[in-house]
Amino acid sequence: MSFIRNIQKALKENIREYGMFIALFAIMAIFTVTTDGLFISSRNISNLLNQTGYIAVLAVGMTLVIVIRHIDLSVGFLAGFLGAVAAIGLTQWNLPVYFAIPMVMILGIFAGLLTGFLVAQLGIPSFVASLAGMLVYRGSLLMVTLKTGTIVIPDETFNAIGNGFIPDLIGLQILPDMHKLTLITGLLAIVFFVFSEFRNRKTKLSYDFEVLPIDMFLMKTLFVGALIFAITWILAGYNGLSWTVVIILIIVAIYHYVTNETVLGRYIYAVGGNPEAAELSGINVKKIIFIVFGSMGMLSALSGILFASRLRSATTVAGTLFELDAIAAAYVGGVSAAGGVGKVTGSIIGALVMTSLTSGMNLMGIDISSQYIVRGAVLAIAVIFDVTTRNRGK
Amino acid sequence: MTNHILEMKNITKEFPGVRALDNVTFSVTEGEIHCVVGENGAGKSTLMKVLSGVYPYGEYEGEIIINGEIQRFSNINDSKKVGIAIIYQELALIPEMTVYENIFLGHEIKKGLSVNWNETIRQASQMLAKVGLDVNPDMKVRDLGVGKQQLIEIAKALSMDVKLLLLDEPTSALNEEDSENLFALLRDLKKQGVTSVLISHKLKEVIGIADTVTVLRDGQTICTLDAKKGEVSEQVLIMHMVGREINNIYPDRKKREIGEIVMEVKNWTAYDPRLGRNVITNVNFNVRRGEIVSFAGLMGSGRTELALSLFGNPLNYRIDGEMVVKGRERKFKHPKFAIGDGIAYVTEDRKGNGLILIQDVKQNITLANLREISIRGVVNSNREILVAKDYKDSLDIRTPSIEQRVLNLSGGNQQKVSVAKWLFVKPDILILDEPTRGIDVGAKYEIYQIMNRLVEQGMSIIMISSELPEVLGMSDRIYVVSSGRISGEVSTKEATQEKIMQLATN
Repeated sequence: MSFIRNIQKALKENIREYGMFIALFAIMAIFTVTTDGLFISSRNISNLLNQTGYIAVLAVGMTLVIVIRHIDLSVGFLAGFLGAVAAIGLTQWNLPVYFAIPMVMILGIFAGLLTGFLVAQLGIPSFVASLAGMLVYRGSLLMVTLKTGTIVIPDETFNAIGNGFIPDLIGLQILPDMHKLTLITGLLAIVFFVFSEFRNRKTKLSYDFEVLPIDMFLMKTLFVGALIFAITWILAGYNGLSWTVVIILIIVAIYHYVTNETVLGRYIYAVGGNPEAAELSGINVKKIIFIVFGSMGMLSALSGILFASRLRSATTVAGTLFELDAIAAAYVGGVSAAGGVGKVTGSIIGALVMTSLTSGMNLMGIDISSQYIVRGAVLAIAVIFDVTTRNRGK
Repeated sequence: MTNHILEMKNITKEFPGVRALDNVTFSVTEGEIHCVVGENGAGKSTLMKVLSGVYPYGEYEGEIIINGEIQRFSNINDSKKVGIAIIYQELALIPEMTVYENIFLGHEIKKGLSVNWNETIRQASQMLAKVGLDVNPDMKVRDLGVGKQQLIEIAKALSMDVKLLLLDEPTSALNEEDSENLFALLRDLKKQGVTSVLISHKLKEVIGIADTVTVLRDGQTICTLDAKKGEVSEQVLIMHMVGREINNIYPDRKKREIGEIVMEVKNWTAYDPRLGRNVITNVNFNVRRGEIVSFAGLMGSGRTELALSLFGNPLNYRIDGEMVVKGRERKFKHPKFAIGDGIAYVTEDRKGNGLILIQDVKQNITLANLREISIRGVVNSNREILVAKDYKDSLDIRTPSIEQRVLNLSGGNQQKVSVAKWLFVKPDILILDEPTRGIDVGAKYEIYQIMNRLVEQGMSIIMISSELPEVLGMSDRIYVVSSGRISGEVSTKEATQEKIMQLATN
């Protein structure tokens, strides 16, 4: 059976890429069984995705930082601080929400560029530079919330980012319990996916390039299509797509595109793979460091907004340990500390694995102390898997 | 019968694909200064590594006999125990530690569980006096010059009761005065019964200090000469060093049309602020269209530094001088500007700064010219595949697919990927730094054919090479570099291995 053999071969060659997906499925399956299906319920999955939001966004940026062989410890409190700035903007300066959000994101970019400056221009190790940033932003967060304490955000538009769902189509009578717009979006996504897969294949064939055997190709397309459908079906069973999920999808789509398809993406991986060779190939390594840290700062701001919006308030401890959760998600997602290896999508899966563990164990009523130990073990296992499979396959 | 402190018999050491030492026999008489000379790659350093236990017993064939006893070292500590100390070209001191800490690092003087610092300092002072170095043992090694650091290495060896001192090119980083001091010390140690084995490229030094000289060539012992009998002279040494017949055949070039000057460099000096000295001093040269110009010389003579200083200066040397590229004066601030002006540089160290090993063949080939295959910053991956396939075919890169990671290719094929990458920037001037290092004979020949094809098409090639037959076989003109200066220019017609070696060891 060449078909089975093909699948085996594909699995073997891409075990690193599929490993995380398989692990995520396994974890979800186990929790579904141990919680009598509660875990996979629409409501829980919807919550789980919303909880992942602010870490997932950080993990995306952290992936690139780690890919270029650096680290950013300042992102947690930077997110907390910028969330507070957004809250102050909305409540005390009475800024409109459509102005406050871009403003905070621009502040985030500047904060990131500052770290980038210390790292690229002054040659300070990123660990130290961002540790200093972490302390500074922590202090800043405490300072701006000194008088008020927790700042409650009354703005419903802002709070919808972390709690709201996309509106549904009214007036349709079919499937009364389902969120119709979510289903339609899902179906459109499937159509778009299938269409682009076929177009890609056609282009490749017209160049006379190697493509997957047709049975494998159909199976892959079918599998991914079914997966998208399953997820939208589950989400549509509760309140539909949340704005948080929409934001994550947009961020992942943009970063996935930039890292895989653009010159900038190539340069980032080249700098991570071998900075000296990259420099000699005409790549401005310093510029890449600035861009990556700048993007990290912007995503920190977004993370802060998501978190403040989800809590409907800015607290004095917002952002605590976010940076370590993001770093853990990136490593679980297959980013290599040696540099040059790691995908944005992998880190999202990593973030999902980590929140699934928390969510599943909470549903099972497992004590928080054991939860930390389990999460630590999963992180270690993921990295061991990564290291031992590093030089296999292509 | 002379008393041999060391005999190495029939030593053979193989690396994958290369026989670095081929049945080498080497004996050292007690109390002499014995120099080992040979070209780069002749096997000198490998021999020293076998002797000091870096390559343990079992990784080589043959016998090491010290004072009549067969030795089987499994690591450097074993060789230390019988009194062998090796001092490498790159000093192995820890800059942030003090002189006395460094001298006794690894064999600390202990009192109970703790280190006896007072005794350490006392003994360190004694060792410093022995090597004639007047420094406070309390100083950090970082604050001392290279010459003094070298003496500290020797003091360290003496503190371990060394019988046989191996020095691998000790003077390569020293100025004349420091070198003189070092040699005076070696003569002094000789009187105290310490035997020294010295690897050196500087033949004048060798003649000045050696009692005995052994010449290695292509992993074999060529001869051992006795200075007292008057057997040692520069001509004799060079003759033995390069004495091979040139039996490698170099491909013929169809046409040699040498055009106008495309690159001219005048009074070029580069100062390395980290080393605190000039790496390039007052270099003048030019390159014409359709020409292969070689920069011959020994390793460490400054040729790579010259190439880097011209190619956008990524190491931030302070540069003085003038460079004219295709009629316009240029000073590149970043490699990308050099690339933009039609210069490409295939580095010496493929794995270190040439290729991105974890990426695949096609990504490596297109990296330096991604703009060519992208529209508005988006890479057209289909065109990338076409480009990579093109080069895979035209340079005959042997890889299962262009999606193979470069890591998994052989040295020769990695080099072809490196060349392909730089050909894709469509350069007018191609700098090849040691283009055939570490690759097999067949791949070498293919690289030579590619070079000829390129100059026939009107490209200019600057080849940096330490292999004399290659320099003689491929070049139109040869510059010889020594200690960061051009010590001579020779045309291929009048060039001989002896002549180049003489200029290179100047």
